[in-house]
Amino acid sequence: MEIYRAHVLVCKGTGCVASGSEPIMEAFQKELEKKGLSKEVKVVQTGCLGLCELGPNVLIYPEGSYYCTVKTEDVPEIVEEHLLKGRIVERLLYKERDTKERFRSLMDIDFYKRQKRIALRHCGLINPEIIEEYIANDGYRALGKALTEMTPQGVIDEIKKSGLRGRGGGGFPTGVKWQFAADAQGDIKYVVCNADEGDPGAFMDRSILEGDPHTVLEAMAIAGYAIGASEGYIYVRAEYPIAVKRLEIAIEQARNHGLLGKNILGTEFSFDIFIRLGSGAFVCGEETALLASVEGRRGEPRPRPPFPANKGLWDKPTIINNVETYANIPEIILQGADWFSNIGSEKSKGTKVFAVGGKINHTGLVEIPMGTTLKEVIYDIGGGIPNNKKFKAVQTGGPSGGCLPASLLDMPIEYDTLIQAGSMMGSGGMIVVDEDTCMVDIAKFFLTFTQEESCGKCPPCRIGTKRMLEILERITNGEGREGDIELLENLAKSIKASALCGLGQTAPNPVLSTLRYFRDEYEAHIKDKKCPAGGCQALIHYEVVADKCKGCGMCVKVCPTQAISGERRKPHEIDLDKCIKCNSCYDRCPFGAIVKL
Amino acid sequence: MENQQDFQYTRQISQQYPQDKRFLLAILQDIQKEYNYLPRESLYMVQEYMDIPLAKLYSMATFYKALSLKPKGRYIIKVCDGTACHIRASQTLTDEISKILKIAPGQTTSDGRFSLETVNCLGSCAAAPVIVVNDRFYGKVTPSMVKTIIDEYGGIYS
Repeated sequence: MEIYRAHVLVCKGTGCVASGSEPIMEAFQKELEKKGLSKEVKVVQTGCLGLCELGPNVLIYPEGSYYCTVKTEDVPEIVEEHLLKGRIVERLLYKERDTKERFRSLMDIDFYKRQKRIALRHCGLINPEIIEEYIANDGYRALGKALTEMTPQGVIDEIKKSGLRGRGGGGFPTGVKWQFAADAQGDIKYVVCNADEGDPGAFMDRSILEGDPHTVLEAMAIAGYAIGASEGYIYVRAEYPIAVKRLEIAIEQARNHGLLGKNILGTEFSFDIFIRLGSGAFVCGEETALLASVEGRRGEPRPRPPFPANKGLWDKPTIINNVETYANIPEIILQGADWFSNIGSEKSKGTKVFAVGGKINHTGLVEIPMGTTLKEVIYDIGGGIPNNKKFKAVQTGGPSGGCLPASLLDMPIEYDTLIQAGSMMGSGGMIVVDEDTCMVDIAKFFLTFTQEESCGKCPPCRIGTKRMLEILERITNGEGREGDIELLENLAKSIKASALCGLGQTAPNPVLSTLRYFRDEYEAHIKDKKCPAGGCQALIHYEVVADKCKGCGMCVKVCPTQAISGERRKPHEIDLDKCIKCNSCYDRCPFGAIVKL
Repeated sequence: MENQQDFQYTRQISQQYPQDKRFLLAILQDIQKEYNYLPRESLYMVQEYMDIPLAKLYSMATFYKALSLKPKGRYIIKVCDGTACHIRASQTLTDEISKILKIAPGQTTSDGRFSLETVNCLGSCAAAPVIVVNDRFYGKVTPSMVKTIIDEYGGIYS
């Protein structure tokens, strides 16, 4: 094996690829070649490092120097200074927002320091397309331990004892689910991985598949051993091309190494995994709909019971777990249930990955112990709200969850506390909104989503959400009526009680939680025909405050419809007929001279 | 429209799979990928090969968003309307593109060059708002950048 004195890790997660990490990796290879360093320094592509906001991200070991927003022009300097002369390129190091301090190592940064990475343990550190790198980091050791030192029941007991609960939304205890499937009668059983991550604003499953695909394969094989299955299916969104490609590579490599297929590690146990692609239907994230789609049918849910553990894929006992749930399994087997259950809080064990986004400084992926407060995630890790705006709410749980106001910022993040507050853990989207976001519009946004994604099988979801959406539309158009709020609440209650699957039963949550915490905004829309946050286009218009306008012309440049005019150095004017209310001028004006009324 | 050889390809796609209903979705996905939509003639062939009613294929084609019964444009512009993009004003991007191309989301320009779609979260929330043209990502897009992006693909013919 070749020994290298330094490694350059380039993030090749979707976020960094979108901001241009591919040419950077090529530039490093070329530059190292030119300087004759390619035998000493190795360039490695990795999965997501988490801080997508600052991509493309580059890490250099052994120092652990973290360079962000790297451009191809910077590459020669990094190679010359850092890799040749051993001098860290200070100007490209990550800079803390408040203190402006530059950090020499990744682990000193607030964003990482407060995290506890279990599910994401390999993301950003290993090359996901090389199985040896996974094996060198304890990969497939848990499978070996399970197959040679543990009985199937022993594996299930360990998972039960760990307290691991499903990370995909429902939060059902994983070990109990496995027990049901193990106890179910039948020669043929299946293991399914739900990688149909559809919640808007959630991308943790994609990052795990892109950054550490083998961990999912290993966990599925362990699950297969525990319940007595010999086949597994991964149902993954077709919108995630990089994840699909890396899974295909990983499965091929695992088969070649005898870690999938017949008689794994020389034991009696045989197990293989196949990929099925989703086709753009959100409801397929619901487990019974997902199974229908794997079977090649329309992805419509069916009533439960019978649960998939008894009657799943092709009516055989089946377990379905989410990607992040699986990513925890190998570590639990290796380090033991006690180690895992010591992390987190009383009722929620372990960690949870969140995709933090919206109006927040550090958009990206964070993994925190359960019981961490919302405030710690948003302010200490996420770096707070940009542009000195005021925090208004945080949305968790995607279209099934709700919005939590500032008064709940000190709440610990746990399955039960979130549900009590009217939201839910969900798959882990966490969207922060500031004072400029209208809460009625947010509720309308989520309902538009669920309404569109409703499969149409059951009337409460198909018709009920449509009626609710119509009411929200008229409220945001300034045509709200007295009694609309009560009507919304009534409909929401009925839909929650009567819809067929999780999609419909939780669809009213965003409306109910915003009504609970931001009722005054609804009332302002209905009674005063005003949108206090200035988010509803129909209820606002833009004006120039003549006293503040310096006539700099910035707004004229950004306006896509040439709606703003005026002489230089004199107050400008907005032609309301031409204005499309895109907010560009409002965002651009350095003097706060444009107002929303 | 398509010549005979094209449809030969549909036959090839189908025959890579056993005549088992469980492969139906996979076959339709492959056809969609090849032709950019599901041509009627191809559906007839699949119907014959799998021995199932055409209505069943139609029900699959209309259920899954990634399958389309109408031809799509050469350049498919997808505006992400996930939560993070939405609160960073993705709607104004859709409006601006609609105005330039004179089509609504879900439609294709009459010259068959551009299709406009709004899509669910693409998971690039850090770069919100995001638009994707075929496979190319554009992050932190503002309404005034839209025309330049469309021009990269030849712009509109006037």
